[in-house]
Amino acid sequence: MDFLITTGRYILFLKSIFSRFEKRKVYIPKIIHEINELGMSSIGFVSFISIFVGAVVTLQVAYNLENPLLPTYIIGLSSRDSLILEFSPTMISLVLAGKIGSNIASSLGTMRVTEQIDALEVMGINSASYLVLPKICAVMLINPFLIILSIALGIVGGWMAGNITGICPTEDFLLGIQYQFIPFNIAYSLIKTIIFAFIITTVCAFCGYTTNGGSLEVGKSSTNGVVYTSILIIIFNYFITSLLLS
Amino acid sequence: MIEVKSISKSFDGKKVLDNFSSKFETGKINLIIGKSGSGKTIAVKCMLGLFEIDSGGVFFDNRDFVNIPEYEKKDIRKEIGMVFQGSALFDYMTIEDNIMFPLKMSSNMTLNEMKSRVDFCLNRVDLKNVNHLFPSQLSGGMQKRVAIARAISLNPKYLFCDEPNSGLDPSTATVIDNLLKEITYEFNITTVINTHDMNSAMEIGDNIIFIQEGRKEWDGNSETLLQTDNKYLNDFIFSSRIFKKLKGLN
Repeated sequence: MDFLITTGRYILFLKSIFSRFEKRKVYIPKIIHEINELGMSSIGFVSFISIFVGAVVTLQVAYNLENPLLPTYIIGLSSRDSLILEFSPTMISLVLAGKIGSNIASSLGTMRVTEQIDALEVMGINSASYLVLPKICAVMLINPFLIILSIALGIVGGWMAGNITGICPTEDFLLGIQYQFIPFNIAYSLIKTIIFAFIITTVCAFCGYTTNGGSLEVGKSSTNGVVYTSILIIIFNYFITSLLLS
Repeated sequence: MIEVKSISKSFDGKKVLDNFSSKFETGKINLIIGKSGSGKTIAVKCMLGLFEIDSGGVFFDNRDFVNIPEYEKKDIRKEIGMVFQGSALFDYMTIEDNIMFPLKMSSNMTLNEMKSRVDFCLNRVDLKNVNHLFPSQLSGGMQKRVAIARAISLNPKYLFCDEPNSGLDPSTATVIDNLLKEITYEFNITTVINTHDMNSAMEIGDNIIFIQEGRKEWDGNSETLLQTDNKYLNDFIFSSRIFKKLKGLN
């Protein structure tokens, strides 16, 4: 029953975000600010994770390819597909759910308990739209770039690991990452990313926006936001993959 | 004038506001007093539409504020200023941006006009050279003054204050009380203040309403307040030794 009530409240929250818009000139600087706050500040973090994940993927693929009849370029090919199809869009989205999601939930939760959201409402401003819509737009715009960066750096990390350990020479790795490349895989990866970005921002914003109480509840909202987002990303990952790749 | 007609509000089946009715007059300070948890803040938030009421009506100069669509409420809300208990300043904005915010959102002023309005409001609350500071760099009393400056930036017809001097020392609390009094008379505003501070009630209360367990228990003014024979109000007022002495008890 609680699940249905919460889902209903989430849908009403979405409705309030996409209704009674403020002036357009209010949103544009806020979207730019949010891109900087939520997206640009994640570049270093995403880069660091991607390089190491790419390296680990390459080493694991090599570890599992014991058959000497299989060509070594398979390592590059498998790493590329793993990174494009799953590791970058899903894993990085899960990581961003923790970083961006907790930021959104805690900042909105703090605004709620310190009555800043009430202050906006008293001024006649649709607080849900004013506060959350720029975050949704910003994350849906910037996350695809972060994922493309993650794929690129993951491949670089894989190449470095293959080279340093000597399990996959540069020529073979480059051949592998170009072999039978399917451009739709990138589209699939970006579609997933955009859907995950929407889930991250709206679910965490909902948890923060509906915080009731004090600082303890802000912490709980932040944790709930990240947990619910992660679960939804995993579930939607399955359904999107079934729809687009089956 | 603001008129509240028989408003009721329940949370999880518990009635926190029970048939509350009152009139809040223009150009006067209307105080709502009562113990913590008596329903003062809920009453004000219901009047402002921050909580949906279960029944009853709220009228701002005879304009229904409950049974109208949200976009029509916006027009009335432009005429309302609110000072929250914790000031509720936007902590990611400078003081200037905080005061300018309602102007940016609801007026067609140019940037220069907005800046001069900000300076006027800050001068009115006796604050200088704070434009580029952030709320966290100000004391509690100064934050309250900024909140008042923000509340009057759009020339409101109605001013609501929720415990404006809670957490302040007695002298700063008196400064805030006097400021609210001056602003109310100067701009002919309908001011509604929630408080449990008896000093405020005695100093600035033109009209006083006493709430007990969500019901209006008594109304009057600062002169009749001490002569009341209402048991709940007496218990509330004369719980402190100073007021007991004033009444001649003990």
